[in-house]
Amino acid sequence: MAQIMKMVAQRFALGFLTLFVVSLIIFLGIELLPGDIAEEILGQSATPETVAAFRRELGLDVPAHIRYVEWLWNMLQGDMGRSLANKREISELIGLRFGNTLFLAVTAAAISVPLALTLGVLAALYRYSFYDRAVNVVTLSSISFPEFFVAYILIFFLAVTYPVFPSIANISDATPFWEKVYKVLLPALTLTLVVVAHMMRMTRAAIINLLASPYIEMANLKGLSRARIIVKHALPNALAPIINVVVINLAYLIVGVVVVEVVFVYPGLGQLMVDSVSKRDLPVVQASAMIFAGTYVLLNLLADILSILTNPRLLHPR
Amino acid sequence: MTSNKKLAAPLSADVSRRGFLGGTAALGITAASTSALMGRKAYAAKKGGHLRAGIGHGSTTDSLDPATWENGFSLSMDYTLFNHLGEVDHTGGVKPELAESWEASPDAKTWSFKLRKGVEFHNGKSLEAEDVIASIQYHMGEDTKSPAKSLLKQVTSIKADGKNEVVIELESGNADFPYVISDYHIAIKPSKDGKIDPTGGIGTGGYVLESYEPGVRFMANKNKNYFKSDRAHFDQVEFITIIDLAARQNALTTGEIDMMDRADLKTVHLLKRKPGINVMETVGYKHYTFPMRTDTAPFDNNELRLALKYALDREELVKKILRGHGVIGNDHPISPTNQYHADGLAQRSYDPDKAKFHFKKAGMDGTVIQLSAADAAFPGAVDAAVLYKEHAAKAGINIEVVREPNDGYWSNVWMKKGWGACYWGGRPTEDWMFTTAYAAGADWNDTFWKHDRFNELLLAARAELDSDKRRTMYYEMQEIVSNEGGVVVPMFANYVFAASDKILPSEQMAGNWELDGAKFAERWSFA
Repeated sequence: MAQIMKMVAQRFALGFLTLFVVSLIIFLGIELLPGDIAEEILGQSATPETVAAFRRELGLDVPAHIRYVEWLWNMLQGDMGRSLANKREISELIGLRFGNTLFLAVTAAAISVPLALTLGVLAALYRYSFYDRAVNVVTLSSISFPEFFVAYILIFFLAVTYPVFPSIANISDATPFWEKVYKVLLPALTLTLVVVAHMMRMTRAAIINLLASPYIEMANLKGLSRARIIVKHALPNALAPIINVVVINLAYLIVGVVVVEVVFVYPGLGQLMVDSVSKRDLPVVQASAMIFAGTYVLLNLLADILSILTNPRLLHPR
Repeated sequence: MTSNKKLAAPLSADVSRRGFLGGTAALGITAASTSALMGRKAYAAKKGGHLRAGIGHGSTTDSLDPATWENGFSLSMDYTLFNHLGEVDHTGGVKPELAESWEASPDAKTWSFKLRKGVEFHNGKSLEAEDVIASIQYHMGEDTKSPAKSLLKQVTSIKADGKNEVVIELESGNADFPYVISDYHIAIKPSKDGKIDPTGGIGTGGYVLESYEPGVRFMANKNKNYFKSDRAHFDQVEFITIIDLAARQNALTTGEIDMMDRADLKTVHLLKRKPGINVMETVGYKHYTFPMRTDTAPFDNNELRLALKYALDREELVKKILRGHGVIGNDHPISPTNQYHADGLAQRSYDPDKAKFHFKKAGMDGTVIQLSAADAAFPGAVDAAVLYKEHAAKAGINIEVVREPNDGYWSNVWMKKGWGACYWGGRPTEDWMFTTAYAAGADWNDTFWKHDRFNELLLAARAELDSDKRRTMYYEMQEIVSNEGGVVVPMFANYVFAASDKILPSEQMAGNWELDGAKFAERWSFA
C-alpha cells in the first residue's frame, strides 16, 4: 500500500508540473495569436483610440510576463479571476458549464461503458461468428465518421423523421433532472457511437489474449462453460487494460466534445473555450485549459491506481 | 424647409423621414423594406405566448455593455430591453421614441429633444434628461471604448433644459442628427450620479431582463408598464444562440424554436417548401465590398481601379454567392433603399474590353494583383474572389487570390493589405455612410481615400435642410465614389430569415437590420 501511496504522490507532483507547463504553453500560444481581446471584441468597429481605451480598462497595457505571474499567483490561491470580456467571475462562469459537460459525459458513459463491455465480452465469447463481425463493422464504421456526421444522421432519424428526441439539447439550470436526461440523450448517443468501438475492441482483444493462458486451459479441462470462464476467470485479469481504455475515453467525453456541443447547441465547457480563444479572453482560456488538463491528469492517475489494484504485479515492472 | 417645427414629428403620425426633412410629400413613401410574405391574413396581433428565437450570433464573451455590442444577438437584446431617442421604421425614416419630438435650429446645429413624459425604467425610476445625457456621455470622452464615439465627435455640448428636454449643440450642421443619436449603441439606461451602469440590464424597453447567459440564452418578461401600448405582445421572449446553421434550421423545422435569423442561402428553397414555415426577406443597407488602399501602389492609380471595376461580372456574383437574394451594386455604398440613391447613375457592368483598356492605360500589363479574402469578410467571400479572378482573367488581368485565416481578419487584413474583401452593415443615411467610411481621415476609411470635391460636398450636404439641393449633392458624391473611389461594390445582400406560421410578423418590416430592424420581440406576435 505504501508503494501505491508513494506512486500517487509522485504522480500528483508530476501532474502539477504538467499543469504548469500547460498553462505556460497556453499563455504563450495566445500571446502569439494575432490581435488581442480589445481588437477582437471591437471587431470591425475598432479604432486605435477605442482599442487603447479598452486595453487600459482591461489592464492589457501591462507586459505579458507580469500578467502571467499575477495570474499564476492568483490561481495558486484559488482565484481564477474574471473574464476580460464581460467581467464575470470565471469560477461561476466555468462552474455552470463544467457541470453541464460532466452531466453529458456521465450520461454518455452510463450508456457506453456497460454497452462496450457487454459487446466486447460477447464478441470474445463468439469470436469470428457473424455477431462478432457485425459488431466490429458497425462500431468501427461509427467511429470512422466525423462526429458531426453521426450527430446529423441521428438528428435526421430520431428528431426530424421520427420526432422522438428534440433536435437541440437546450437545457438550463431550471430544467428538471429527467427532462435534462431526455434532452441530452441524443448527444449522449452520438458520443456513445463515437467511443464504443475503442472500448469494445480493447475488451475483446484483452480477453482473447488471456484465453490462450494455461489457467484458462485448466478451467476448460475442468469442464466449465465458456461464458463462466470468460466472465469469472478471464475478465478480472483483463481489467487493467480495459480500465485504461475506458478512462481514456471518459477523459475524451469530457474534453473532446466541442463539435457535439456545437451541433446540439449544448452549453458545455467546450463552446466556452472556443469562444474565449477566438476572442482572446486569456483568463477564461487558461482556466478551462487547466480544468481540461487536470481532468486528464486525474483520470490517468485513477486508471493507473485501478489497474494496479486489480493486478498488483504491475507495481513491480520487470 | 420653411419652418423648423416640421422637424418635430409626433409618434402617432406616420411621418416619413422624407416628409419631415423636406416637406416633399409628393415623393411619397417608398418602402425601405419589402416583405416577401405571401397570402397573409388580416393583421391582428395576439397577446401572450412564449417566443423562442434561434439567433446565429452570440458568444460567451458578450455582455450587456452597449460599447461592446457588435452582433445580431446583442442588437436584438438591445431593442428588447432598451429604447433610444428615435427609432427607424419600415420606411427607413426615424421616428421619435423616447423623445416625444425634436427641433433643430435653422442651421441644423442645435438640436433639442423633448422627452416623453411618464416613461418609467424597469426599476420604477422615471425617465429624465439626466439619464439621456449620461447614456450619451458614456460613449464620449477620452476613455470610452465605444464605437459610437466617432458618431458623437460632432457634439460640442449636451445639456438639460429642465427635466424633460435635452439640448445638443453640434460643431457643424447635421440634418440627419436624429438618426445618429438613435444609433443602436446609444441605448438609454438609468443614471446614478451622472453615470450609467454600463453592464446593467435595466431599461425602458418592452421586456424586463429575466436571465442572460452570454453565448447561450437570453430571457425577458413583458414590461407591464411599457409606454407603447400596441407593442411587446409576447409574455416572455427567449433568444437562444444557435451558431450552427444546420442546427438552427433543424430546430425551426422540428419546432424547438419559433423563428430564426440568417437562413442558409444554399438550402433556403428547400426550407420554403416545408409546410408551416414562412421564409422572409428584406432589402437593407448591407453590402459586400472589395476596398483597395488608394494610398499605396498600385491602387493609387485610378486607371487600375477602373480596370478592376469593369473586370467583375456582378450579375454572376449575385446569382452564385447570394443565390439571387440581393441586388447588384454600382461601386458606391448607397443602397437602392436609401433616400437619395442615385437612380440615374449609369450601372457599371462587366466589360472585359474596357477593363483591358484601363489596365493598359495604367501601365500595369502583366502585373499580378493580390486580392485577400476570408469568409470572415462575408459568407462566400473566398468564392467571390475566385470568381473575380476568373472574370478578370478574360480581360487579361491576373488576380492572385490570397486566402487569409478567418481568425484575426479584421485586425490583420482589413485596412492593412492592399486589396481585400469586406462587408458593411450599411447606414440608414447617406451622410452617415460617407462620413464613416469615405470622408478623408475617417477612422474606417478603408480605402484611405481623399477627394477634395467629395469632402466639400459632404460638409455642404450635411448642413443642408433643402431636400432637392441635398439630392443633387448626394447624386454627385455617388458618381464621384463610383468613378474615382477605391472600392468595388459588387452587391447589396438581402436579409433572409424564417419563422413558423404560428408567428405573425409586422405587416411592413423595417430593413435597417435583420429581423424587422432587430425589433421582432416588440413588433411581432403570435398569429
